[in-house]
Amino acid sequence: MWEYTDKVKEYFVNPRNIGALQDANAIGEVGSLSCGDALKLYLKIEDGVIVDASFETFGCASAIASSSALTEMIKGMKVEDAEKVTNQDIATFLGGLPKEKLHCSVMGAEALEAAIRNYKGLPPIEHEEEGKIICYCFNVSEETIRKAIEVNNLQTLEDVIQATKAGGGCKGCHDSIIDILDDMNGNGRVDQRNAVQTMQKIMMAMYKGFIQSLPRQDAVEILSVEGNIVRVNIHLPKEKKADALRELEALLQKEVDSNIVVKEVLL
Amino acid sequence: MKNKVIYLDNNATTQVDSQVVEAMLPFFTEKYGNASSMHSFGGNIGKDIRNARSQVASLLGARPDEIYFVSCGTEGDNSAIFSSVLTQPEKRHVITSAVEHSAVVATMNELKRRGYDVTVLGVDERGQISLDELRNAIREDTALISMMWANNETGTIFPIEEISAIAEEHGIQFHTDAVQAVGKMPINLKELKGIDYLVCSGHKLHAPKGIGVLYVRKGVRYKPYIIGGHQEYGKRAGTENTPYIIAMGVAAQLAQENLEKEQTEVAALRDMLEKELIARIPDSRINGDTVHRLPNTTNISFKNVEGEAILLLLDGHGICASSGSACTSGSLESSHVLRAMGVPFEYAHGSIRFSLSRYTTKEDIEKVIEVMPGIISRLREISPFKK
Repeated sequence: MWEYTDKVKEYFVNPRNIGALQDANAIGEVGSLSCGDALKLYLKIEDGVIVDASFETFGCASAIASSSALTEMIKGMKVEDAEKVTNQDIATFLGGLPKEKLHCSVMGAEALEAAIRNYKGLPPIEHEEEGKIICYCFNVSEETIRKAIEVNNLQTLEDVIQATKAGGGCKGCHDSIIDILDDMNGNGRVDQRNAVQTMQKIMMAMYKGFIQSLPRQDAVEILSVEGNIVRVNIHLPKEKKADALRELEALLQKEVDSNIVVKEVLL
Repeated sequence: MKNKVIYLDNNATTQVDSQVVEAMLPFFTEKYGNASSMHSFGGNIGKDIRNARSQVASLLGARPDEIYFVSCGTEGDNSAIFSSVLTQPEKRHVITSAVEHSAVVATMNELKRRGYDVTVLGVDERGQISLDELRNAIREDTALISMMWANNETGTIFPIEEISAIAEEHGIQFHTDAVQAVGKMPINLKELKGIDYLVCSGHKLHAPKGIGVLYVRKGVRYKPYIIGGHQEYGKRAGTENTPYIIAMGVAAQLAQENLEKEQTEVAALRDMLEKELIARIPDSRINGDTVHRLPNTTNISFKNVEGEAILLLLDGHGICASSGSACTSGSLESSHVLRAMGVPFEYAHGSIRFSLSRYTTKEDIEKVIEVMPGIISRLREISPFKK
């Protein structure tokens, strides 16, 4: 059983602002039946201020609580301030959500964004302009994933799945999600999934003059690539080893990844 | 005010029968000896264990020396499947269904990782496999067919007699996870010679958690999963869990005595619940095979509402049930069983399983019938999908 805060339970059992708002002038719709949750957010905006808000939600307890909490949070808020509301704000308002349920708050933030676009007369966010779809099972775009990573400081594939649902179905997009995580949180990590690819890049870099500069072609052997550490075996006289190592490291840092460290393995 | 608990989640676990508790207690305090000991204080325990073995054998229509006590259903399933493939090293293929319990699904995945070919047979909308597909899936090197007796989520009963006969005819071993079936329907293994391995679990039939039974047909070669001492005829090492074995025996005997009640009274309450809910709540449907089904189980879907929300509102009334919705499972997809059956997603997310027991009363069922329509209409009111 999920451990919901009292506030989540309260907003689920006694949700505020249910149902369509008859005089709404901004509507935001996200999610779908197939995804397992969906939210339709209604706003009434006057003079740049959200004077009323309501919701209709299909989903679990935390989806209903997140939607209801959102409407309470933004009532009375200026549109420009509402634009800054993130899913974290919704989760915080509820005293936190189980990490598996973070996506419920993300749905709230997305609906708010969609409603404000609707108010401003902007077209609904099309995925073409939002960036490509990464997860086809749950129809999650790259933009949504990037935003969730940024706002929630997500670190792992598992984090992204729980926050956005992307990758929670057929798993076909896991590599793409890891690529996005690597891109955003790079932190000096070398892509570890594809050592072969990295190895190829290393070999190509080495053949741009480095190998040819050595007294013999097999003077430097690559033994392994793990993370950013490239282990090599060097068959050169002692006095030339240090230079060769330094030269190789500089080359790989320039051509492959700036964080690469080359280490000699003494066999 | 705290509501009385209305427990309709008996396929998850059951209340331990007070007679079972009473029978097992002396084995903690007075008769705590080790059956393997030379002294009579311990050695006498062997008789009690033999008695429990006979009680279980009687429920299953098996011989006592075909009954081995294990720690749980999962251990039994793991042990049976591994034993089957390891004792037939020349065979590299197994057949299973798409709706098995995770104890079997995970073991099959492990076999795949170890290089075995695993054929997974799909099911129709009732959750039934096709016997023709089964026959077509059989190969020269098929070591094992593993199919559950009854499904935990829908209660659908597989045609085990036919499946085991097909296995026998082709000289293929057959394992059945009968965790949900044993105690709820008559089983007579003497008449089903094609079943080589059967597994059941204590806590599904009013014994405590922590005890299960593995049946291995006499004459079937067996490779133990847990090795060590000579206990359980060398098939399952580890000092006998005497209190729980005694509990399992008594629970088996009580299950046998109550089999008729399960088939009649429990089934009648289930039917009443199902009929009333379907009649009172529009856009609701039954998932599973309504003909070949456990007497205690109903799985009902309510269109356009989400299962977890239903469960939490039921919980507010003290009613315990379960759901195949994505949100309850921790994964993001609805249950693999409902997906395999092709239940449309607008129904799959709103599936609720009620599983009754011999303790379920008419008042319990009336209470559910009373509150359920309000819960569904309330959630539908909140939902943006109003047909």
